[in-house]
Amino acid sequence: MSTETTGFLGWIDKRFPLTKVWNEHLAQYYAPKNLNFWSFFGSLAILVLVIQILSGVWLAMSYKPSADGAFASVEYIMRDVEWGWLIRYIHSTGASAFFLVIYLHMFRALLWGSYRKPRELLWMIGVVIYLAMMATAFFGYLLPWGQMSYWGAQVIVNLFAAVPNVGPDLAVWVRGDYVISDVTLNRFYALHFLLPFILAALVFVHIVALHRVGSNNPDGIEIKEKKDANGIPLDGIPFHPYYTVKDLTGVVVFLAFFSIILFFAPGFGGLFLEPPNFQPANPLQTPAHIAPVWYFTPYYAMLRAVPPIAGSQFPGVVVMFSAILVFFFLPWLDRSPVKSIRYKGIVSKVALGIFVVSFVVLAWLGMLSSTPLRTLAAQVFTVLYFAFFLLMPIYSKLDKTKPVPERVTL
Amino acid sequence: MSKPIAALILLLSPMLAFGAGGGGVHLEKAKIDLDDKESLQRGAQYYVDRCMGCHSLKYHRYNRMAQDLGIDEADLRADFIHDNGQPGDLMEIAMRPEDGEKWFGTATPDLTLVTRWRSPDWVYTYLKSFYVDPNRPYGVNNLVFPDVGMPHVLGGLQGVQKAVYEEKGHGDEAHQVIEGVELVEPGTLSPQEYDQMARDLTAFLTYIGDPVMQERRDLGVKVLLFLGVLFVFAYALKKEYWKDVH
Repeated sequence: MSTETTGFLGWIDKRFPLTKVWNEHLAQYYAPKNLNFWSFFGSLAILVLVIQILSGVWLAMSYKPSADGAFASVEYIMRDVEWGWLIRYIHSTGASAFFLVIYLHMFRALLWGSYRKPRELLWMIGVVIYLAMMATAFFGYLLPWGQMSYWGAQVIVNLFAAVPNVGPDLAVWVRGDYVISDVTLNRFYALHFLLPFILAALVFVHIVALHRVGSNNPDGIEIKEKKDANGIPLDGIPFHPYYTVKDLTGVVVFLAFFSIILFFAPGFGGLFLEPPNFQPANPLQTPAHIAPVWYFTPYYAMLRAVPPIAGSQFPGVVVMFSAILVFFFLPWLDRSPVKSIRYKGIVSKVALGIFVVSFVVLAWLGMLSSTPLRTLAAQVFTVLYFAFFLLMPIYSKLDKTKPVPERVTL
Repeated sequence: MSKPIAALILLLSPMLAFGAGGGGVHLEKAKIDLDDKESLQRGAQYYVDRCMGCHSLKYHRYNRMAQDLGIDEADLRADFIHDNGQPGDLMEIAMRPEDGEKWFGTATPDLTLVTRWRSPDWVYTYLKSFYVDPNRPYGVNNLVFPDVGMPHVLGGLQGVQKAVYEEKGHGDEAHQVIEGVELVEPGTLSPQEYDQMARDLTAFLTYIGDPVMQERRDLGVKVLLFLGVLFVFAYALKKEYWKDVH
């Protein structure tokens, strides 16, 4: 492994550990040989991040972050800039694709128990990435300066106003004004440009942590426990070339789905580009129905589901943020003797099913205007969402598990 | 396995209950054909002649429209640019927002993106849904846009329509609901001709809303074909590398 390199590569290796890094993270990083469909989404998430950064930088070359010029500059990009429409639709489709890929990536972690020891930090860095992504998407959504951009931002920033005592001042501090205005747009633009690079740094840290503990697999067993004479895991194969070529296939399939939306339905039936956002922001006219983009709607549904206490929306805000922060505690909530859903019992499987259904139903409810029946449904599914986490220490311990195999199964 | 599925179905069953309802006016299908360049050209002509006095298309340029719709520059200058504008200009208008507020109670909206935030079917139905209403300043109202400030500028062509009422509810809850409209006085166009005019206008506005629609679909087909070929090679490569993994 420590064979000396020569020539030009040797010259570099004496000054920068290029071969060492290549080997440690690709050519001699041993990943389990039984990774399946669910393991595509990690590398796809990196791909989408790169797509978003590149398309975003090119959009920034023609975009004007001002209340007077923002909306028109987007249409200028769509109509007058060479290939501007393509870059803009790539970026708007990419935002939704990013969340879709990340939700599937997180679901994979739930299936395989990838948050369990020794991957607690890896998981928590991932949750931080998810939070940074949500902030990036939120700032970015204001930039087209359409009606939904404007009023969506108004609603979300007003959440800060619900904080007791300091709330109203806090909201003014975030906006830089008493309403969403040109000042807000400018700072959101600055933050929307900055955050992706922080995201990229967090992804780097995420991968460093991953390569420290090693990749999990559908069986949820540690391949590092069974090694050959050279210290190589018996069930491990080098990430490069095995998983680079496998992920390449996944990338092509992903790009095909991405292209179908991008070229044939970039609005995706109003889900990826909301119709009201084709009207310029009008501070004097509140739209009849304000809904965030689909990837935020589960949390929006929870916010609306919690009734105000003493006229304050604060409890709803707490519930909404708790729904995200609860992910941090997952490694210690799961008390099952096994990691993977394959060897967990029926109770854990049903609980995960209920969680997924709750998330999807809440996402759907969050898109609709509220009625008493829908609010009741949102309350029920909010309780079920939290029950998945809060009851986990009990049901995961009591649940019957199946014996875990010694070696991975293909 | 059947238990979790049964549980899911049970959980999802309330969704059926909320899915119902909705309401609103039924929108007629516009049945536009964006490949029909003549329909688009007629729509553009109607638009600049009859709509553009009040409604700008301020994000789009004349020469881009001419290029996409197959209009040559001489015709563009003669028939489409009614002010002293140049082909490279944005399709703006001289009317100011405050004029609209004075004359119609509201600034007349720019319609570049109207088919994107409404829909083509909405625009088509709107053009066909004006009816006589003496309570309104210009004597007309609209089914899909109640109390609209706009007069029926195409009324001379379409003719006069009256609302058709229907009795709904019983006893104390009985009230009249507008069921639809009917033509009571013909205009200079036959109903079929007027429908075609509304369709041409809708097609044109649909093009204006997303002028790259045809281009992106054509490119999309090529990209997907390329990805299909790439997949064959990528998959073969993966198979080759993985044949020794057991």
